[in-house]
Amino acid sequence: MTTTITAATERAMARETGLQQQRVRAAFWFLAPMLLMLFFVAAWPLFRSIMFSFTDADANNIFSGGAEWVGFENYLTWRVRENGDIRWRGVLADPDWWNAVWNTVRFAIISVGLETVLGLLVALMLNAEFKGRGLVRAAILIPWAIPTIVSARMWGWMLNDQYGIINSMLLSVGLIDSPIAWTARPDTAMIAVLIVDIWKTTPFMALLMLAGLQMIPRDMYESAKIDGIHPVKVFFRVTLPLLKPALMVAVIFRLLDALRIFDLIWVLTPRSEGTVTMSVISFQNIREFGDYAEGSAQSSLLFLIILIFVGLYIWLGRVDLTGERS
Amino acid sequence: MTASSIFWNVMFYIGVALVVLIAVFPFYYAVLSSFETGTDLFRVNYLPQSWDFSNYETVLGRASFLRSVLNSVFVATVTVLAALLLAVTASYALARVRFRGRGLLLLTILAVSMFPQIAVLSGLYELINWLGLYNTPWALIISYTIFTLPFTVWVLTTFMRDLPVEIEEAAIVDGASPWVIITKVFLPLLWPAMVTTGLLAFIGAWNEFLFALTFTIDETQRTVPVAIANFSGASVQEIPWGPIMAASVVVTVPLIILVLVFQRKIVAGLTAGGVKG
Amino acid sequence: MANIQLRNVTKTYGAVNVIKGIDLEIRRGEFMVFVGPSGCGKSTLLRLISGLESISTGDLYFDGERVNNVLPSKRGIAMVFQSYALYPHMTVYDNMAFGMKLGGSNKADMDARVRRAAQMLQIDHLLDRLPKQLSGGQRQRVAIGRAIVRDPRVFLFDEPLSNLDAALRVQTRLEIAKLHHDMRDVTMIYVTHDQVEAMTLADRICVLRDGLVEQVGTPTELYDHPNSVFVAGFIGSPKMNFLDGDFARAHGCATLGIRSEHIDLVPQGAGIWQGQVIHAEDLGSDNYLFVEIGSKEPLIVRQPGKVAVPEGATVSLQPRPGMLHRFDETGRPVQAPLAAE
Repeated sequence: MTTTITAATERAMARETGLQQQRVRAAFWFLAPMLLMLFFVAAWPLFRSIMFSFTDADANNIFSGGAEWVGFENYLTWRVRENGDIRWRGVLADPDWWNAVWNTVRFAIISVGLETVLGLLVALMLNAEFKGRGLVRAAILIPWAIPTIVSARMWGWMLNDQYGIINSMLLSVGLIDSPIAWTARPDTAMIAVLIVDIWKTTPFMALLMLAGLQMIPRDMYESAKIDGIHPVKVFFRVTLPLLKPALMVAVIFRLLDALRIFDLIWVLTPRSEGTVTMSVISFQNIREFGDYAEGSAQSSLLFLIILIFVGLYIWLGRVDLTGERS
Repeated sequence: MTASSIFWNVMFYIGVALVVLIAVFPFYYAVLSSFETGTDLFRVNYLPQSWDFSNYETVLGRASFLRSVLNSVFVATVTVLAALLLAVTASYALARVRFRGRGLLLLTILAVSMFPQIAVLSGLYELINWLGLYNTPWALIISYTIFTLPFTVWVLTTFMRDLPVEIEEAAIVDGASPWVIITKVFLPLLWPAMVTTGLLAFIGAWNEFLFALTFTIDETQRTVPVAIANFSGASVQEIPWGPIMAASVVVTVPLIILVLVFQRKIVAGLTAGGVKG
Repeated sequence: MANIQLRNVTKTYGAVNVIKGIDLEIRRGEFMVFVGPSGCGKSTLLRLISGLESISTGDLYFDGERVNNVLPSKRGIAMVFQSYALYPHMTVYDNMAFGMKLGGSNKADMDARVRRAAQMLQIDHLLDRLPKQLSGGQRQRVAIGRAIVRDPRVFLFDEPLSNLDAALRVQTRLEIAKLHHDMRDVTMIYVTHDQVEAMTLADRICVLRDGLVEQVGTPTELYDHPNSVFVAGFIGSPKMNFLDGDFARAHGCATLGIRSEHIDLVPQGAGIWQGQVIHAEDLGSDNYLFVEIGSKEPLIVRQPGKVAVPEGATVSLQPRPGMLHRFDETGRPVQAPLAAE
């Protein structure tokens, strides 16, 4: 029936002012300032950063507009030497970059994995009824409320090789026999970072999962109890499947956060081979060496990795992030 | 009660105690250390040994640190107010008006709040230089908008969506325009949500480090996180742990009090921002 | 004050047709009730008339003026919602005055109108309260008062009684009837799924089914002359008895309908149906007998007063002449006279 409506009548209808048209027009003006702002502070800088990654921009030419287009040279290029050897250059041929990628991925998977498991345990604990539950919930909010930099400094002090309380504890129970320079040694630096991140972020995960747990109707547990089903079985058959949507969203938020980690590492384990991440190496190039071209190439690669990752996650998991369908 | 149920009960409370201990101890230890000076500081102890305020005197006596606190307050406040102002109308549009591409727009906004800040760093550096804002608080206010604005829009949208449809329709029948609906009908109902969202955004802006490190250079322009990260003593080799702990306590205590006071609302806000559906 | 006309009005959400083409005229000052099962489109139809939803195709006229694209606030309507939809942060007075304030009318005029409406509904002592300090019934009165203050030409009610308890529902129903009486010129449209509300309030009832008008008429017309099995089954309580198979074929139709009060108990063997009483419900004023006569469902027979028929007794039943409703396979009434009669 709609095919009989001609373009002319459609235009005539659009001119008239119904409620829906008024609302859509208002919506446009309501959204415009926000979108304009986001364009200026996010879209445009992102576009420029990606552009820089295809130029030879450095501290000398970046603001004068003298940077020249070099194509993919910052990413990957090669030169054939006189003796016939091929010499690869660029970020993708840089072992330091791959070290940073490895560190980032390692950090993201281990931290989010442990935070999820520990967060779930804490959430299950808080979901049980016991005296002082409110106080416990308040207590676990404290690590979350402390600024990352402050956490890094606090733990840096606790993990100090000479005067740190952690070494003192481990020495007194005999787990180690000489103090460990946790944040300085390449093999323990990552452990230190993981400890602090897990300490700081597990409460956040626990609270998100607790909210998910509290949405599960109580009578489900009660009927399972009446049927005499073992609590462990109830957890895997009832709780976990019902918690899955909340869990999936919490995990992706945390993974995205972990993949861009910068501040904790910068302050807790400065310039450590063992913890330098993609964000850190890119920042060093941009801010310390003034190598905008290479730094931008690295940050653009990080952006690309996250983009692909999110796309896959949404596509594979069919996660409804917008909450529109609920 | 059977023996095994008593055993599990005891285990449960031990677990609870352990969780609380791990959560609270590092901050407790920071407070403890902040009151210690000289050799006391470098001896490990679990209970307060001395009650010395000299670390606090050192920290609060520094003009640059007080300046950093003021900078942080200014930057975070302005950022949050600007974000809330822009987000209220935008979230009304996203939550209450049906239009094509709404889902995609929401997803894009979410994506902006999630993408790595480093990815815009060089472009933003160029923009801030071009605007002549380098090494001023305004550079930070502009750059913090990247994460506070999408976050506030997102959280307010979920709150706005939960307001009853019929109240809005009653207002429409009463002749209220969308602007009047927001200002006269919804805003009075949204104050609690606005406070929660604003508080969370404030904490985010207060804690930000990467942009603050990049876009400020002078001690007088620094924010608290950069100041604490760059804290150094008289000599380069000696890290002044005492004053660092005192400074950490000074900037953290207000946050912890805020978080504990608004505990329930914050959890609701985090949940709205994180899980939905 | 308004005469409302709907011409071939449709509403689609994406691919779903909710309203499939409705032609209807609602007369000035009339109390029209839209009734039907949930999902029939009655609320959507009300929202199309209010302007809260836009009409997909077709035309809507108020007093001859096409209002398809006129804003709800410009249509001269007032609406009472199921959830009352009072503004929680405003006092009763402000709730009632909000529309006039937005319209920019002068203070004295507004004050007079709010107070008059409050008096009419006996809520004048509540004007300074907030909605949360009121009971459900009081809230509903404020909602009605807010509508009255708007001085509308059309009054729209969207299931206004469904959030009230049974006793309050009857009382508020009475008040709405009184309101209609007091505001003779105002056209009222009332949506409900409860056929008792429809029968008691309406001048005319519009029965909707699957987005189409099934029948429009006065309560009596609908009760006495339903033009489909659907309407026959929907209007009236207890539900009309339906017989099919041989029972219906004997009367030359596919479905035979008979209301419970139109069946008489007659001496053994004198009736056309016989059966055993399997259950009896004594309502005090009436008795409902459930009689198993071999049809799909037991026949419900309504007997006034006290009738001593024990469960398990066999009874003979005779429908009153002229009270049989005969429907064909499509559910429409059979017009042809019964050959046998």
